[in-house]
Amino acid sequence: MPEQLAFTIEVFLNGLMAGVLYALVALGFVLIYKASGIFNYAQGVMALFAAMTLVGIQNGQVPFSHLINAILGTDVHHFGWHVHSAIAIVFTVAVMVLLAVCVQRFVFRHLVGQEPIILFMATIGLAYFLEGVADLMWGSEIKSLNVCATEGACLPQGLNMWIDETTYNAFGYGFFIDNLDIVASIVAIILVVGLVMFAQYTKQGRAMRAVADDHQAALSVGVSLNFIWILVWSLAGFVALVAGIMWGAKSGVQFSLSLIALKALPVLMLGGFTSIPGAIVGGLIIGVGEKLFEFLIGAPFLGGATENWFAYMLALLFLVFRPQGLFGEKIIERV
Amino acid sequence: MNATAESYTTEDGRTIGPVVMEMKNITLRFGGVEAIKDISFDIREGEIRAIIGPNGAGKSSMLNVISGFYVPQEGEVWYKGSRRPSMRPYQVAEQGIARTFQNIALFEGMSVLDNVMTGRLTHMNTGLFAQSFWKGKAEQEEIANREVAEKIIDFLEIQAIRKTPVSRLSYGLKKRVELARALAAEPSILLLDEPMAGMNVEEKEDMSRFILDVNDEFGTTIALIEHDMGVVMDLSDRVVVMDYGKKIGDGTPDDVRNNQDVIDAYLGVAHD
Repeated sequence: MPEQLAFTIEVFLNGLMAGVLYALVALGFVLIYKASGIFNYAQGVMALFAAMTLVGIQNGQVPFSHLINAILGTDVHHFGWHVHSAIAIVFTVAVMVLLAVCVQRFVFRHLVGQEPIILFMATIGLAYFLEGVADLMWGSEIKSLNVCATEGACLPQGLNMWIDETTYNAFGYGFFIDNLDIVASIVAIILVVGLVMFAQYTKQGRAMRAVADDHQAALSVGVSLNFIWILVWSLAGFVALVAGIMWGAKSGVQFSLSLIALKALPVLMLGGFTSIPGAIVGGLIIGVGEKLFEFLIGAPFLGGATENWFAYMLALLFLVFRPQGLFGEKIIERV
Repeated sequence: MNATAESYTTEDGRTIGPVVMEMKNITLRFGGVEAIKDISFDIREGEIRAIIGPNGAGKSSMLNVISGFYVPQEGEVWYKGSRRPSMRPYQVAEQGIARTFQNIALFEGMSVLDNVMTGRLTHMNTGLFAQSFWKGKAEQEEIANREVAEKIIDFLEIQAIRKTPVSRLSYGLKKRVELARALAAEPSILLLDEPMAGMNVEEKEDMSRFILDVNDEFGTTIALIEHDMGVVMDLSDRVVVMDYGKKIGDGTPDDVRNNQDVIDAYLGVAHD
């Protein structure tokens, strides 16, 4: 096997794994969009909020400490304990569920039956509000995220490239692959299979699909829209947490994390807004596409840095030739 | 027929039970428009009760009041002997009132079987966690509910299309699937909003047969709205006639057919 081909394969594999992370973020969008027709701009901020909450709980940080100190004149920052990752994750999930309840109770319940653009604007508001709350609650400094299942068995950190990138030998060539990417891929696969099974085979999943399809009909078979929307926002919150953990472990928990939502947009345009498999395939295509394009065409011929715009370019092409995406439902109006 | 009796037997040998639902002085307004004006009637257990009337008479509004989609400004709904508080439509469904819609509201993306299974949702009690892991009780429940769904699919003769996505079906079959979904809830009252609208003669005959069979086989109480006078007169035990939001007749098909107000409403009458 020539050297060049081995390199290409390595780039391809790295692209696949970056794609998995994009897909994770896109998945959160699809869940909410399918069930309620809301395009949730706040999905990226939810990932940020979830990751910050997780780190905060792990480190025993006092929430709103700056606020408390400013008002009461105290000087508290930490409870002085460290919480085990697994327990911290459970607490964070609880926080995300609580967030879902609040979002439904205080925002979207009052906007039932409004135009999609109004719902979208509400999610933009929600994004900024949540970003502010995250800042106020946990502070704005960059935090590193360490998630360990047991003592020593930790989620590999993407930050320390030199230590954690492992060489895998195949065909007599060494492939450099980030351990974190492998873990992320496995987690994403489990998550997607789990979500699809949940939607397909459980009572709540069936009710979820019913609501996504027709609100009136769902009501007539005894489905509470309110409950389903809370459920969907909770699931999206959970997916956001997973995405937040993966991205947080890769590049640290910082406010730019919320911008990964932008990378999810081209993924959605490729995969279609209403398809869970679409989000996955779209993510993989974008991930592989931008890495390969950079490696084969961008760097040698275009002066590099094509990764920044390749995804959007591809999305634009799709919008022109196949606006419903690869797996989206084609909308045909019969006249 | 004795209207005050607790129960009686019809000519064809079915037993009609006591009153299961009673509408008392229902008034429904949309802004300044009174869609329903002070209407009272009852539905007895096991009967086929029709609501008829010309276009815009308020029939569908009445059905929507019964199923909780509209909340009347005045009047009371009595169900199984007690007054029903103001409820959301899904709570009404949980109480055992299933319905179909005039303009078919099926889950287009799902298969026929899945659509019918959604009708069983009110019969599934296991929680989120048990469902997620799908073991033990949740599994048994799914199997039991699947059996009921299959029975109804057999009964309505839609076995051949059980795996077909609903969006591919013909209009007549969609109507039948919607009936199957409502029936899957094993409702104590089944509300049918124009079950035969837009059907050809053959489809109408099929649907009539199914409605009679459902009533006969499961003893389901049925309240239906229909335009086609001929069909209604053949199907129903008692008929309520509405016109401009008011009740102008109530009784057996024969009573109603000879009622002068009803004849006027349907054929038009010269006003002086």
